Amino acid sequence: MGLGAESKLGDSIVTTRLDHAINWGRTYSLWPMVFGTACCAIEFMAAAGSRYDLSRFGAEVVRFSPRQADLLIVAGTISYKQAPILKKIYEQMCEPKWVISMGACACSGGFYDNYTTLQGIDQVIPVDEYIAGCPPRPEAILDAIMRIQEKAQNESILKDRIKEFKGILDA
Amino acid sequence: MLKCDLLIDSNDIKSTISKLKNEDNYSILLDITVIDYLKFPDVTPSRFAVVYILRDSSFKNQISVKSYINDNTLEVDSICDLYGAANWAEREAYDQYGIRFAGHPNLKRVLNHHQFIGHPLRKDYETTKGQICTFSDDLMDQMNPLLTSKGYSAEDINDLMLLNLGPSHPASHGTIRNFVALEGETITACVTEIGYLHRGFEKSCENHTYSQIIPYTDRLNYCSAILNNIGYSKAIEEMLNIDITPRAKMIRIIIGELSRLIDHLVCNAANMVDLGGLTNFWYLFSPRDKAYDLLSKLTGARLTNTYTRIGGLEFDLYDGFSEDLDVILKEVEIAIDDALSLIAHNKIFQDRTQDVGVIKADFAIQHGISGPNLRAAGVAHDLRKDKPYYGYENFDFDVVIGSHGDIYDRMMCRFEEIRQSARIIKQAMRELPDGEINIKAPGIILPSKKDVYGNIEGLMNQFKLTFEGIKVPKGEYYGSTEAANGELGFFIVSDGSGKPYKVKCRPPCFYSLAAFPKIVDGAMIADAVVTMASMNFIAGEFDR
Repeated sequence: MGLGAESKLGDSIVTTRLDHAINWGRTYSLWPMVFGTACCAIEFMAAAGSRYDLSRFGAEVVRFSPRQADLLIVAGTISYKQAPILKKIYEQMCEPKWVISMGACACSGGFYDNYTTLQGIDQVIPVDEYIAGCPPRPEAILDAIMRIQEKAQNESILKDRIKEFKGILDA
Repeated sequence: MLKCDLLIDSNDIKSTISKLKNEDNYSILLDITVIDYLKFPDVTPSRFAVVYILRDSSFKNQISVKSYINDNTLEVDSICDLYGAANWAEREAYDQYGIRFAGHPNLKRVLNHHQFIGHPLRKDYETTKGQICTFSDDLMDQMNPLLTSKGYSAEDINDLMLLNLGPSHPASHGTIRNFVALEGETITACVTEIGYLHRGFEKSCENHTYSQIIPYTDRLNYCSAILNNIGYSKAIEEMLNIDITPRAKMIRIIIGELSRLIDHLVCNAANMVDLGGLTNFWYLFSPRDKAYDLLSKLTGARLTNTYTRIGGLEFDLYDGFSEDLDVILKEVEIAIDDALSLIAHNKIFQDRTQDVGVIKADFAIQHGISGPNLRAAGVAHDLRKDKPYYGYENFDFDVVIGSHGDIYDRMMCRFEEIRQSARIIKQAMRELPDGEINIKAPGIILPSKKDVYGNIEGLMNQFKLTFEGIKVPKGEYYGSTEAANGELGFFIVSDGSGKPYKVKCRPPCFYSLAAFPKIVDGAMIADAVVTMASMNFIAGEFDR
């Protein structure tokens, strides 16, 4: 017994582009790894909670192992002490992978312009989307995830996503 | 001029503090910090002074002891053998100021990374001079002696499993790194490393005006930002010797207790996720989100509210606040009942939490643990009762204490404290007086916009307050409040200008985290994870 579309299709064959089919899958099953360090991580919890419900966007399977994730959400301040760990986590993720820099601190150091705070995670790893705010509202997190989905939809699966990147820790 | 209570010679530090502890019952070490007088306008006997802040066993009195340090040696005696809390406190003073403590068992950096050169809180260290860290400390310099002291030989150590829990680990709820040596699933030794979220709060304070620091305090304990706002503003107001209006006091109590309630909800919700009870998380987070709606209506932000001002508050309550608050309090009550109905008589929950992660009362005092963690151990210490401020003495509420000091007690104490906070809020709403929320003091509170645009005095007043800041009289002062995690103190040194000369925050969970390795010693690894969650370590607070 068929339900919905497949009952109409019967034994037919659907043709599509490989890019399109694979990207369709990737887009709606992003597995985020939350690198939560500070206040932003608390707001990410709210985004995952029932009110804002991240699962509506197919991105609710939060993994804390980078090897199982394809979307890194850096939520919080990254200090110089934390930077090598962030880089290691990023490198442990398999391709294709995307990075969201959440909040003022991750984007630029925020108002912590001092001896200990990294002035933006893009000095260490490449970033796809930035979210402004200190901390951003949960809606802004959903917005960034939708922008990542748009990116994922329109990319070729054959091309390597990561361009030449050299951060301060790549000696 | 506000000064420390005692000024002693640096050779007498140990004997004086030992006398205070043994004869005068100053049993709690609150904080140790150093002042660098390099750029201070007055001439001082030497460049550095060390300050000890102690609290007595009645919890009503505190004393600050100051001693100038010999410039040539930069060394004083360690008081680690008197107070367990001194260990990390002295390490921090060494890390930030380069003062050595003779007799300290392990004087190494605690907040800054191991490749850091120099001491950032010294006045001649440039604020923005960052130093790159290329790899993490392996911590074997701490682990090996610890294991040797437990009788492990070098060969035995090879058989142990060494494992990093953190700094990026879901169980740490932040950026704590626990480096553990495991025999099977039992922790034989644990070394805790912090500093991964050290973001230079204290250095940043030194180049901002007193009012500009309030947003920084939000980000200390970001689960209850307003309690930090209150703690900081109250300390500055006490230095200025001003009394805020009755309405402002009452609103601070209402919003402060609401923050405490949210903080406890988050702590318990996350703790139960670690135990595998995800349903509780949804139950408890739902009213919390409602409370955030109320806070964003009131303050403009959900999490980082910056609600207080020196001398008052940013906004008065909005129309309909009382109705919104009633709804939240009702839903919180329902959420607690729902969550408790799942766990209170649940055998699995009780087995996982009862007599696990036990903190004994004398251990807690010795290590400077305060707040719900101390109360769960059976010590009825709450600054709202012991040193009441804002009229807390007029409220009818209970100090909740536990009997065993285990995870179960800590969780149940927090649940009951939520109810007590709700009680206080209800009483405060009934008693809420009318009137102004800000004091009338042109040197402290910004003028109304009508005056700024209407006359030159108002314009000048706005200009001077914004650019020069509030002029706080010269002096040193320690002020504290009961925050969600315990005694939150601010030790402030003013040189009479609009910016503080030094701000030192006494973060309650810095001290409970320092004691954590001893608490989980010999425990199972899964229990250590739950113990950690039950103690509510907030990285923004202990790392600052």
